Amino acid sequence: MTPLAKLLEAALFASARPIATDELATLEPEASRAELQAALDEIREHYDVEGHGVELTELAGGWQILTRAEYTEAIERAQLAARPARLSGAALETLAIIAYRQPISRAEIEEIRGVAVGGMLKSLHERALIDVVGRAEGLGRPLLYGTTPIFLEHFALRHLEELPRADELAIALRAPERPVLDAVAAADVSE
Amino acid sequence: MTAAYVPDANAADSSFVVELTAFSGPLDLLLSLIREEQVDIYDIPIARICEQFVARIRTLGLNEAAEYLEMAARLLRIKAQMLLPRSEMDAWEDPRAELVRRLLEYQQMREVVDVLERRGEERRNQFARAYLPQAPVPAAAPLALSLSELLGAVDRVLRATREPNMHEIIPRAIDIPGAILIIRSVLELKARILWTDIVKHGAEPWQILSTLLGLLELAKLGELRVVQPKPFANVEISRDAASEAA
Repeated sequence: MTPLAKLLEAALFASARPIATDELATLEPEASRAELQAALDEIREHYDVEGHGVELTELAGGWQILTRAEYTEAIERAQLAARPARLSGAALETLAIIAYRQPISRAEIEEIRGVAVGGMLKSLHERALIDVVGRAEGLGRPLLYGTTPIFLEHFALRHLEELPRADELAIALRAPERPVLDAVAAADVSE
Repeated sequence: MTAAYVPDANAADSSFVVELTAFSGPLDLLLSLIREEQVDIYDIPIARICEQFVARIRTLGLNEAAEYLEMAARLLRIKAQMLLPRSEMDAWEDPRAELVRRLLEYQQMREVVDVLERRGEERRNQFARAYLPQAPVPAAAPLALSLSELLGAVDRVLRATREPNMHEIIPRAIDIPGAILIIRSVLELKARILWTDIVKHGAEPWQILSTLLGLLELAKLGELRVVQPKPFANVEISRDAASEAA
């Protein structure tokens, strides 16, 4: 591997969170974007071709070294690491609505889901999957919620656009009243 | 609440948990009924679906059923509206339209849930490095100071003072009130001053000491704030904004 690829590999190994390309760039200010990308490709190829137990994954606007899925069972059986608990269907529904309609208020989520979501929002907020991104105009100025970089990490999404677009879903929906905020998805991972 | 909705204690206990996890809300239950009955979502036989819906929620606990009861009431209302005679001439608005829109919206969201569920499960089966930094702000590092830096600092302090004259005995006590007066008057002119502004080059040790003690006294009284950005740096003295406002 090239020295740059080795440097990036070391940094990625040292971090428990995905590292954004911008952050990787600070490791070697001399290197161009193309060189960084080439080095990342080199690491990924190295892992894939030589056959490593880990792989390089692009997610949440950054890069992360993850173990390969086929070893999960063995690792968990040996109690070296545990998979996080699955999110409930209700939690996923709430997240799906927020991901598509953010920034969105509690009342709007409740209208779509047909159930109260106050407790659910609290628990999703505690898990840092969503955050308050502002307040709506109008009566009571309700809090508006949006997804966080942790949300992208949790679902191994590179960015929000990776979710199927509304018109790609089997059933077309009325157009969202507010455009989906790219800024929320692009919020830097370093935060 | 009518007794009709209180589930039979023995019968409900077994189905209670199952029902709760099976449906995430009234729309979910409604959609699954529509699927089971294989009816057209755009032409829902309201009477039949409503009946089934009410039958289903009887097996639910009352607390959880509140939202389902609301949906049951909505279905009954639509059913009643459908029964009303309508003239051919009037533009007739299907009372089911809003419900259909909500059901479609909900179903689309369920599609996204499937995507999230699949992606989440994939990611769940991969482990990242487990180490997470304890706190984002690192604790203050131990004072990194070389001997030469320390000696240099001592040298600067010694050079700031005049060579002591061993033969002259000056029986002058440390003058804290005087130093306080000086510091106060300088601070009146400038809101923020440096240590070197009030201790002139070549000051006598007693002057330095007086100024230091005066400074500490004023800081204790809350008249000013003393900040040293790093060890041996010039001390910054500023009027305390809080006490000034008071």
